[in-house]
Amino acid sequence: MREPLIFRMLSALDARARLGVAAFLAVALGLVPVLHLALPPESAFHVSTYAITLLGKIMCYAIVALAMDLIWGYGGILSLGHGIFFALGGYAFGMYLMRQIGRDGSYQSDLPDFMVFLDWKKLPWYWTGSDSFLWVALLVVVVPALVAFVFGYFAFRSRIKGVYFSIITQALTYAAMLLFFRNETGFGGNNGFTDFKRVLGYSITSSETRLVLFGVTAGVLALTFVFARWLVASKFGRVLTAIRDAESRVMFIGYDPLWFKLFIWTLSAVLCGIAGALYVPQVGIINPSEMSVANSIEIAIWVAVGGRGTLIGPIVGAFVVNLAKSWFTVSFPEYWLFFLGLLFIVVTLLLPQGLVGLWHTLRRAKGART
Amino acid sequence: MSARDVFRKIIGIELDENSPFGYPARQRTLDVSHNVILYLDDITVSFDGFKALNKLNLMIDAGELRCIIGPNGAGKTTMMDVITGKTRPDSGSAFFGQTIDLTQLSEPQIAHAGIGRKFQKPTIFEQHSVFENLELAMTTDKRALTTLTAWLRDDDRDRIADTLRLIRLDGEADRPAGLLSHGQKQWLEIGMLLMQEPKLLLLDEPVAGMTDDETMRTAELFVSLAGKHSLVVVEHDMAFVKALGGKVTVLHEGSVLAEGDLDAVQNDQRVIEVYLGR
Ligand SMILES: Nc1ncnc2c1ncn2[C@@H]1O[C@H](COP(=O)(O)OP(=O)(O)OP(=O)(O)O)[C@@H](O)[C@H]1O
Ligand SMILES: [Mg+2]
Repeated sequence: MREPLIFRMLSALDARARLGVAAFLAVALGLVPVLHLALPPESAFHVSTYAITLLGKIMCYAIVALAMDLIWGYGGILSLGHGIFFALGGYAFGMYLMRQIGRDGSYQSDLPDFMVFLDWKKLPWYWTGSDSFLWVALLVVVVPALVAFVFGYFAFRSRIKGVYFSIITQALTYAAMLLFFRNETGFGGNNGFTDFKRVLGYSITSSETRLVLFGVTAGVLALTFVFARWLVASKFGRVLTAIRDAESRVMFIGYDPLWFKLFIWTLSAVLCGIAGALYVPQVGIINPSEMSVANSIEIAIWVAVGGRGTLIGPIVGAFVVNLAKSWFTVSFPEYWLFFLGLLFIVVTLLLPQGLVGLWHTLRRAKGART
Repeated sequence: MSARDVFRKIIGIELDENSPFGYPARQRTLDVSHNVILYLDDITVSFDGFKALNKLNLMIDAGELRCIIGPNGAGKTTMMDVITGKTRPDSGSAFFGQTIDLTQLSEPQIAHAGIGRKFQKPTIFEQHSVFENLELAMTTDKRALTTLTAWLRDDDRDRIADTLRLIRLDGEADRPAGLLSHGQKQWLEIGMLLMQEPKLLLLDEPVAGMTDDETMRTAELFVSLAGKHSLVVVEHDMAFVKALGGKVTVLHEGSVLAEGDLDAVQNDQRVIEVYLGR
């Protein structure tokens, strides 16, 4: 009958995309570790720990950008609150990292430091199982999925659309941020989680652990890309873009947009949760500012800059914007927000298809000349 | 009570028995034992006090081809909105066959029950190819999760190819639908309707923007569909209405003003006043 799903997923990629994914994996899993471990720090080709952490972090953002492109670029649903799902995944995994500190915290207690500080005697009930990697890995997926499903169900069923939906997502994230700021919530208040020591028993700061985290993130990014390509090429993807372009037409030919939106929305949230879980051990901190309004808006900007509805564009956008950001925050920290605003305006006015659109235009122009 | 029933009670939606996430194809059987496919009884719809439909009564026989005419704002489109679930009537009842209460169903459920609709302004998926437009409309399992792994069988492709020939777009199959001419878009939407295999077709001004030749071909197509399908056609183009040859209903200010064959209706004094008095 039909080939297994994984082959069908790969066959949704054209030869160029397959080559691109293979090259990306070769660099991330082969070249980078070699250049990091084998070359002395003085060498011009040495990849520094700083670079690995930065690129690992940006790959997490690229996964978020892909997730955003699925709902915004293909589903036409602009979320300005995707930070909440990223943060939920991050906090869920952060619980495990906090437990892995064991008695090596400043109070040498079994409990995380912030709980000792609050004079708590035992773990709150929702920390049950946080010692177990598998349980927490489950939470990373299930918690964002559940929040997204319940929120999405009521929003889409009430046919809330467009800017109204965007505003509500922002309110949701903002409310969550306020909740996580409270010490009593049990997630470390405004300091969040930090000072991690170990993951799966291995030192979190060792080169090997960093490289493994980096490699896993690269793998998840590649897998997400292949999966997303397959999804948008499936009939589901065609219905999704049809809903984006003419929702009432879709309803009158017998598809219920609710379930299509809810599926892609929940999937997108899960991808963000996974990205958040990969982000926390690499960056070493998670706090409520991940749920700030500005953070969620930035996600939309990465996608717009790269080119929405292209999948590759948002990845490019996440890299370009975040590399620029890390350069700015070192050189001209006070100008970053101005630059970001300017970038957004330029892209919206001049490059509606983003960098990917610009690339296609240039190639066409070149083709026409030769 | 199963967990599923509890869930259904709590969230107040109707999930299908077989699997979640949408509706399987054709779950409701149409009962036309009294030879009537559509009953509208005393339907009233008001928008901020203005009655777009005012105690409208209409009955369509199974296999009939009915034309609805009437001046702008008479309520023709609103009537189709009520039948397809887009607008809920303030009062009155709408039945599809003997048993299916249209006022209780959502738009996709009504589509699955067997009512297809063509909009007044051609509405197709402009970014999708002509072929994909037909593929999406085709009757099949339209639940979200099944579309993830749906694929086209050879007989599906044959059906799409047949429809492409019928609507004379076989040369355009791979073009984005947005690039078609206005008349071609109308035909594509008619083609999508046919792919849905509805029992009842509602066509809102289907020949607007078509050439005379295209208009007459459309009339031929509709006449050939009648019998096996029932059709309700809203049109201003009298030559087209004449070519269709069915019974004509005149709508005015939200209710039926006259009904009969075209000649009788055109000679009706009240109808003449309505059209001339404007
Ligand atoms: N959503 C709405 N809100 C307010 N008024 C509406 C709405 N929809 C329709 N109307 C009004 O109801 C009346 C009937 O409109 P409808 O579109 O049904 O007329 P029609 O017979 O299809 O006219 P036309 O021949 O111009 O298409 C019009 O006066 C219209 O302005
Ligand atoms: Mg109308």
